[in-house]
Amino acid sequence: MEWIREGVDSIKSIQLRQTLSQAVNLGLILTSALIIWKGLICITGSESPVVVVLSESMEPGFQRGDILFLHMSKDPLRAGEIVVFNVDGRDIPIVHRVIKVHERQDTGEVYILTKGDNNPKDDRVLYAQGQRWVQRYHVMGRAVGHSFGWLHGIGPHAWELTRWHTLARQMVFISPNTTQELAADGHWTCRFLPYVGWMTIIMTEKPIIKYIIIGALGLLVITSKD
Amino acid sequence: MHSFGYRANALLTFAVTILALMCAMASFSDNLSHPSPSSSVQVLNVNWFQKQPNGNDEVSLTLNISADLQSLFTWNTKQVFVFLAAEYETPKNSLNQISLWDGIIASKEHAKFWTHTSNKYRFIDQGSNLRGKEFNLTLHWHVMPKTGKMFADKLVMSGYHLPKEYR
Repeated sequence: MEWIREGVDSIKSIQLRQTLSQAVNLGLILTSALIIWKGLICITGSESPVVVVLSESMEPGFQRGDILFLHMSKDPLRAGEIVVFNVDGRDIPIVHRVIKVHERQDTGEVYILTKGDNNPKDDRVLYAQGQRWVQRYHVMGRAVGHSFGWLHGIGPHAWELTRWHTLARQMVFISPNTTQELAADGHWTCRFLPYVGWMTIIMTEKPIIKYIIIGALGLLVITSKD
Repeated sequence: MHSFGYRANALLTFAVTILALMCAMASFSDNLSHPSPSSSVQVLNVNWFQKQPNGNDEVSLTLNISADLQSLFTWNTKQVFVFLAAEYETPKNSLNQISLWDGIIASKEHAKFWTHTSNKYRFIDQGSNLRGKEFNLTLHWHVMPKTGKMFADKLVMSGYHLPKEYR
């Protein structure tokens, strides 16, 4: 009977080892995603270093689904730059171009007016009631680089890319604003989401797809033997 | 080990790596070009010049803008955003930048242009400092690449003296 017990024990230990290694694997993916994301935040100085364009207000320069890289530096804000800012009272980040700048002589405080390249008028209508200018503390970052959105939508089921999807989940988790609904007229605002081009847009508009993907990926991680 | 999924995955990973590398190279190649744009702007007329009820000066100008930005276009250029700004200093503000006109140039063929226009955005001062004020006219351009880092530059042109009285 001894040999049977030994056999059962060895099977048990294999399963335990496998489960443990899967748990460690999952933990590694999660933490590496978190490290990359937090590292990017540190390097760029912006709360959302990578964002996705959600509206047409900056076309043809930025199209829906394009990826933007943001950077927050101490350099003064100047006309022509593309900045990401929050409007008083509502948490919808907007990414538009600066068209007017007034910088104070004594305090150095800056007053800017913004406009979307594809919008007929400036952004005063988007600002909070009574707000005439965007100030430094509204600004979250400025756009420094740009890449097509399709690049990041490729092969969503490939195993290597699961790391990136975990990263996406992490980002959505870190920025809870992301699921907020657009202001009534989507054409005016340029709302940005952290990460993954079109996948993000699809996931925001049809949450069920997000849960299916997350579930499938979770299953993949747990059942995989590599 | 050598399953279909494994091979497809390896191929895809390789393809994405190459794509990222090509994007990085395209972005880097922008550093190799040395553009030499030229431009000239004339203020043809002060259409009107007045003080708003809230105390801010506002002026309307007729402008003649011509520029040749063809050398900015490379194979990685998606578009060039160009704008003309009035820049001046007042006792209160160390810098005032007012965009007067802007345009999006989508291709090299349209990068040599000439336009006769009144200011597209309102030229309003923060305060009442525009009488007799001299300001610089600066043409700025922001080059948006297909992929990579955006870059910008400017050309400061001859200034203009606003009239001493409202009209």
